[in-house]
Parts: sequence; C-alpha cells; structure tokens
Amino acid sequence: MATTTTTLKGAGPVSGSRSFFLKLRDGDEIARLVTLVFATTVVLITAALVWELWINSALPRQKFGFHFFVTSVWDPIMDQFGALPFIYGTMVTSAVALLVAVPLGIGAAIFLAELAPPRVSDTLQFFIDLLAAVPSVIYGLLGVFIVVPLMRTVIYPALNKPFGYLPIFKGPSYGVGFMTAGIVLAIMVIPYIISVSREVLLSVPRDQREAALALGSTRWESTWKVVVPFAKTGIMGSIFLALARALGETMAVTMVIGNTPKIAASLFAPGYSIAAVIANEFTEATGELYLQSLIALGLVLFLLTFILNGLARILIVVTTQKGSEAGG
Amino acid sequence: MQASAKPEFSVNIVTNLTTPASRETSAALPMRMTISKLNFSYGPKQILFDINMGIADKKVTALIGPSGCGKSTLLRTLNRMYETVSTSRLEGEILLDGQDILAQDVTALRRRVGMVFQRPNPFPKSIFDNVAYGPRINGYKGSLADTVEKSLRHAALWDEVKDHLHKSAYELSGGQQQRLCIARALAVEPEVLLMDEPCSALDPISTAKIEELMVELKNLTTIAIVTHNMQQAARVSDFTAFLLTGQIIEFSPTPHLFTTPSDPRTEAYITGRFG
Repeated sequence: MATTTTTLKGAGPVSGSRSFFLKLRDGDEIARLVTLVFATTVVLITAALVWELWINSALPRQKFGFHFFVTSVWDPIMDQFGALPFIYGTMVTSAVALLVAVPLGIGAAIFLAELAPPRVSDTLQFFIDLLAAVPSVIYGLLGVFIVVPLMRTVIYPALNKPFGYLPIFKGPSYGVGFMTAGIVLAIMVIPYIISVSREVLLSVPRDQREAALALGSTRWESTWKVVVPFAKTGIMGSIFLALARALGETMAVTMVIGNTPKIAASLFAPGYSIAAVIANEFTEATGELYLQSLIALGLVLFLLTFILNGLARILIVVTTQKGSEAGG
Repeated sequence: MQASAKPEFSVNIVTNLTTPASRETSAALPMRMTISKLNFSYGPKQILFDINMGIADKKVTALIGPSGCGKSTLLRTLNRMYETVSTSRLEGEILLDGQDILAQDVTALRRRVGMVFQRPNPFPKSIFDNVAYGPRINGYKGSLADTVEKSLRHAALWDEVKDHLHKSAYELSGGQQQRLCIARALAVEPEVLLMDEPCSALDPISTAKIEELMVELKNLTTIAIVTHNMQQAARVSDFTAFLLTGQIIEFSPTPHLFTTPSDPRTEAYITGRFG
C-alpha cells in the first residue's frame, strides 16, 4: 500500500499522462514495471558476466587464438597454455557422473513415485532433499576418505582385471582420477535427478495409469510403457540440471581428480577439470597471460554449459514433437 | 422411523424386481456377468450395499443415479479397477462366464473386461501405437496393422484417421480421442466393455456418434455404461439399473424402467425431481 502511494506521487507529475496515471493507480503498470526490472536484471547479469570474461581474456586470445582449445600443454613457466586437458577432464567426469547417476536416480525416482507406499516415499524424499543441500566440500571429504580407498581396493581390481584390455580401464590407479571424480559427482547429482523425476512422475495424470491397467498391463508395464514415457520431458530436464551441476562443480572434483593437466584414455588416470584448475591456480597466477588464460578457461566453461544446455533444449524439442506434447 | 424403514423396503424391491426381470430375460438372454450380494467399501465408508444384478450378453446395461450413488464404483468392481485404492474392500461374488473374477489373474481379467473412461485419455503416442498398445503388451503374434484397422473401423474412426495413423493422438478432437480410446479397448477383443460416463466431456455431436457406436458394438461385445444422462441411458441401453446411496433401487428392461417405474424414487429421479 505504502509503495503504491509513493510511486503514485512521484510518477504522476513526471508522466503527465492521465491514462498512465490511471494505470498506475490500478497497480497494473507498477507491477509490470517492477517485474520487468527484475526480469531485465537476469539478462544484464549474464551480459556483464560474458563481458568481463571476454575483455579479461584478450591476451591468450591474441597469443593462442583457436589453438587455445586444441593445445594440451599447460606450462605456466614457459607461458604455454592450452585448454584441452581441462575441457577433456570436465566432460569425462560429467559423462561418468551421468552414466552412474541417471540409471540409479531414475530407478530410485520410479520406486518412490510408483511403487513405494506414500509414507516411505515422503520420508525418503526428506532425506534426498537434505542430501541435495549438503555443501560440496563435504562430498569432497566423502570422496577422499571413502571413494578413493574404495577405488584402490575394490573398484580398480574389479574392473582392471577382467576389462584391463580396454583402454578406459588400462593402467595403474592412484585412487584419484577421472572415475573417482565422476563417482563423487554422481553421488552429488543423484538427489537432483531423484527429486525432480519423482515430482514429474507423480504429476502424470491418474487416467494414464488407469488406461494402461484397464488394457491388462501389469503395474510395471503401466509404469514403464506409459507413465515414464509421459514424464520423459521432465525426466530429461532433471538430467540436464544434473549435468549443469556436474560441469561446474569445483570443490569436490578438485579434491579427488588428481589435479594433473593430462589427457589419458584410462578412467583411472588422474586429470583436471576447468573449474578445478581455476580454483587451484587463480591465487598463484603470477603473470598476466597466466591469469588471463585462467579467465579464458572460465569463458570456455561458460560456453560449454551454454552449448550443452542448447543441445539439451533441441533434444527435448525433437523428442517431444513426435506425439508427446500435451495439447487439445 | 422412515429412515430405518426405507432400506428394508428397497431390499424387498430389489429382490422382487430384479429376480423376475432376470428370470424373464435369462431364458432368452444369457448373462455375461453376474453380481451377487456385493458389498463394497473404501476404508470405513461403505459405498455399495448388497448389489445383485446381471450384465446380459451382447446388450447394453446402463447404471444411472445421482452423483455419489456408487454407480462408477460398481462399474469399477467389474474389472477390479478399485484395487488401485489400497483401502478398498469387497465382499460378495462377481462372475464372468460363471467364473469368479476375484480368483483370476487381474491382468487376464482386464483383457477380458475392457474399460473406457470419463475423459478421453489417449497415450502421448501416435494413433497407431495407441491402438496397438494392448495387443503389444499381450504379446499378440498376428498382424498389428490389421488389428489396428479393424479396431478403428469398429470404433467408426478409421475413415477419419487412416491417412495419418502416425500422427499424435493429441492432434485429434475430443470426440475422436474418445473413439480412439474405444478402439484401443476393442483391440484386445474384450468380452465386456465398461464405459464410465464416456460422453461427459464431449459435445453433443460427438456424444451422438458415440451413442450410435454403442448400439453397433452390441454385436461385438457386451457393454455396461455409467451415465448421468438419463436420455442417454434411455436411448442406448437395453437394461437399466437405478442406484441411490449405494443400493439398486430398480433394475429392469430400459423401456420398462423409464415408462412404468415401480419405485416412487425411480420415478422421482427420472422425472427430474432430484439428482
């Protein structure tokens, strides 16, 4: 009420237009302007972010150009900087994370939404929401003290012995590395996938389930062939949310990836990710080119997230066009 | 006084009227399903009280009554759809071709007793895949294309959709969607088709088409329909059961029920004095 009156007094004489004044009195115009300002802020922040990253990464762009993306040397002493190992590390750890988290997360969401009794489902959901709110440094500790030893003693022997001939499972394991980081990331993003997917599954109309059951489907058939496809778009949304989190995760990854700017085919090898290298080296970046190369990496991460999000959207549009858009 | 007298009275009416009516018809008309001494409740709330009736083979049987009288619940007992609610409890006997449906595998039962719902609920798939869903999950070995065409023809939808079977079912109008749902139910060749207010979400023209369809489908299957529209019951059905507060007040051949109702409450309802 108070805001309305103040704005009225201020805006009245300035606008001088009676209709504008009347609109203000209704509150519609005020609401429109205020919310417009809020909405514009989002665009402005994004633009400012890109602008800062862009102007502060001019040096490496001039010196390395496109080669920055395809060079795998990162040598601060010789002033040679290439982003490839970090791009590789970011994408590989995220891919491992999704490979582990998507089946587990969606499976858990199906159980919670379709099969579990409502009380069990709600209780578990409470814990899942708690997990989603745990700071990533805690997950990093979990990684260092549990996943790393587990990697050395259980996962590495289990995969290296039978599948060691595959390049991705070759070589020694130091405990830290791409796979360890991927697993920690998976643990971090699973709550997101479960939470969003469960919500989406629960919102599938009851009449869809009943239609399937009435045709003689078992409960599982109605879940898997009708309810899950109906919720497909939303479930994919949860996966992209998880991907976005995995790509940008800094602390937990830094603690378990090994921090070695190398490209290795083996998932047991140590590596590095974009976010991790920025966090680790930003304070000790002495030369201007060094610092700006790190900022350029930030820009790369931004673009990577942007491109993957765009692809995700295209994927959703393409897959929903055939049959699944809700209409009529 | 009156409240306690009424149920007794209605029980008498039910036994007196149903039995002769079914006796009358049973000689000529075999019953596809018979319901006897059916009591049904959701949690502590009893919905249906001592229901006794039959669903005559290759006929349309209508269940009418005011909102909340239990007619939809009664329909949902016939394919055990009530089991999706965990607190439901059923006592009594329902026979399909002389076999107790409660003793059967529920998925097998639902293949024999199909259902069409109040609101059109096609799957977000193509028209073809909607109709093919039932045969596919049942491991149908023959030609899917033939089954789909046959079912769509039976549902009087084939001519409208034959050139775009692979379009989304959501691109159809509401009436077409409902006929698609009928085709989907027919594709598993059910012995009985349950229809739960199938026209309540449709416009008059679509409703007329579906009513026409029901009369034709009698050659193919047995139909039980719940409707709140008395004219609809009068137009399409051969037998009508009038339910009130979970009890069958009157069950007789449709012309009989609508022209010479035996119970004053039936008369009051069909003449629009309540409900």
